[in-house]
Amino acid sequence: MREAVAAHVRDGDTVVIEGFTHLICFAAGHEIIRQRRRDLTLCRLTPDLIYDQMIAAGCARKLVFSWAGNPGAGSLHAFRRAVEAPDGGLLELEEYSHFGMVGRLSAGAARLPFWPMRNYMGTDLPAANPKIAEVQCPYTGERLATVPALNPDVTIVHAQRADAQGNTQIWGLLGVQKEAAFASRRVIVVVEELVDERVIRADPNRTLIPGLAVDAVVVEPWGAHPSYAQGYYDRDNEFYVGWEKISRDPAALARYLEEYVYGVGDRAEYVARCGNLERLRADARVCAGVNYGF
Amino acid sequence: MTYTPAELMAAVAARELRDGEVVFVGIGLPNLACNLARATHAPNLVLIYESGAIGAVPERLPVSIGDPSLVTGSLMVCGMADVFQSLLQNGRIEVGFLGGAQVDRFGNINTTVVGPYQHPAVRLPGSGGAAEIAIHARRTLVISRLSRRAFPESVDFITSPGHRSHGHTRRELGMPGEGPVKVVTDKAILEADPDSGELVLASLYPGVEADEVRADVAWPLRSRPALGQVAPPTDRELRLLRDELDPHRLFLKG
Repeated sequence: MREAVAAHVRDGDTVVIEGFTHLICFAAGHEIIRQRRRDLTLCRLTPDLIYDQMIAAGCARKLVFSWAGNPGAGSLHAFRRAVEAPDGGLLELEEYSHFGMVGRLSAGAARLPFWPMRNYMGTDLPAANPKIAEVQCPYTGERLATVPALNPDVTIVHAQRADAQGNTQIWGLLGVQKEAAFASRRVIVVVEELVDERVIRADPNRTLIPGLAVDAVVVEPWGAHPSYAQGYYDRDNEFYVGWEKISRDPAALARYLEEYVYGVGDRAEYVARCGNLERLRADARVCAGVNYGF
Repeated sequence: MTYTPAELMAAVAARELRDGEVVFVGIGLPNLACNLARATHAPNLVLIYESGAIGAVPERLPVSIGDPSLVTGSLMVCGMADVFQSLLQNGRIEVGFLGGAQVDRFGNINTTVVGPYQHPAVRLPGSGGAAEIAIHARRTLVISRLSRRAFPESVDFITSPGHRSHGHTRRELGMPGEGPVKVVTDKAILEADPDSGELVLASLYPGVEADEVRADVAWPLRSRPALGQVAPPTDRELRLLRDELDPHRLFLKG
């Protein structure tokens, strides 16, 4: 992870660490904090706890997002402190809805300049974000909303497994990881397990991102904790609920970063410091498989 | 049995759903309402979560919109581009649930900021999928607790458009969906007047007077000529909510 972040994440980059609740790569976020990257434009549909931590650590100049809360538990207080600051805000915002962010990454993946959608009429979002524009359909004359392509410098995707070439298989919630990876100039895949190419080839429909789109593969068990990996470990909901209290207090948040991010050398040390993560280990619900024969 | 406002809100919202409908489910009370409906009068309700689970049958209470229990046993798991393009924008969603810090006279909802956008007094989470649900779902149900602060004459920021936005109707703005047809609160049900789009008092909960509701709304709230009376939650609804759907009272407290 250290080498992958050092090689592919640079100061000033536009960075996407995707994963919708599922497979959020905290391991990569923590390494970026440890390497003290600065002036990043952080993009995600749901900034989640990982971007709250990266904002608190001073990595972010700008946030591009569509829903900034702690799902099921409260607020992202480092984000809120930055935005509600009396001097007019310490963090630049560029705000969409989920559909808008999905469209931005879809355009980016297709290398189109924008994505049209029937959306935003009657909302104040275009007034808050002038990048939400309009186009007239050349076929029907209908006015459609548009969002600009998002082409990140680097996208980091967490996954259940990949082979050494980066052929990456994901199951469970898929979010926008595929679009984000194809939209990006560089892609780091972080996996729970490295598998042989034969495992990938045995079930090619499970591959979400082919190795040809991947620049680095990192093996990092528990790398998504406190997010989850379907079939590997459950979401640490207690941690999410507990974050409300930690992030509300800047001193407590600083202590958290000191103990669990700066104070550990790598993910293995983080896992050891967290203690009993085995309580989150997933039960087996294995599917039957299909016949790929011809 | 005695019951809390949250329990009645979940039961009332569940009764609004018809068997076989396709519902875009939110976390919290909307999720409880949908799963209560599925366990009672609407076993064929199709639950779609914006995280990509279609036909979800959660075996535990989902704490987040992306809970792994939404995946296990569902009919399909798709990416979010499919959710928003092929399902929502395609017109496949019959009912959407919305909630928010502020709901105004015309059912516009604010989940973005309290105060001016550039210098907010309170920064709220933002739209998520709410803006497009409000635009595209064939009808939406809003769940929100009454207070003058939560029900202003007009919201500080329109995240999710209701029946009249900055003077324009949904039809003028070209919105496919019907908009917020009902607002389920902790004291009464408000409905959109079919002509003006204004929210009016439609039905009262047991033991609530119309004046109590009017006192909690910042505009002069009009009433339906014949006010309805909401039945209290049945013992069966309460047992399902308490024993099966939210045993730790994560969303039912208060």
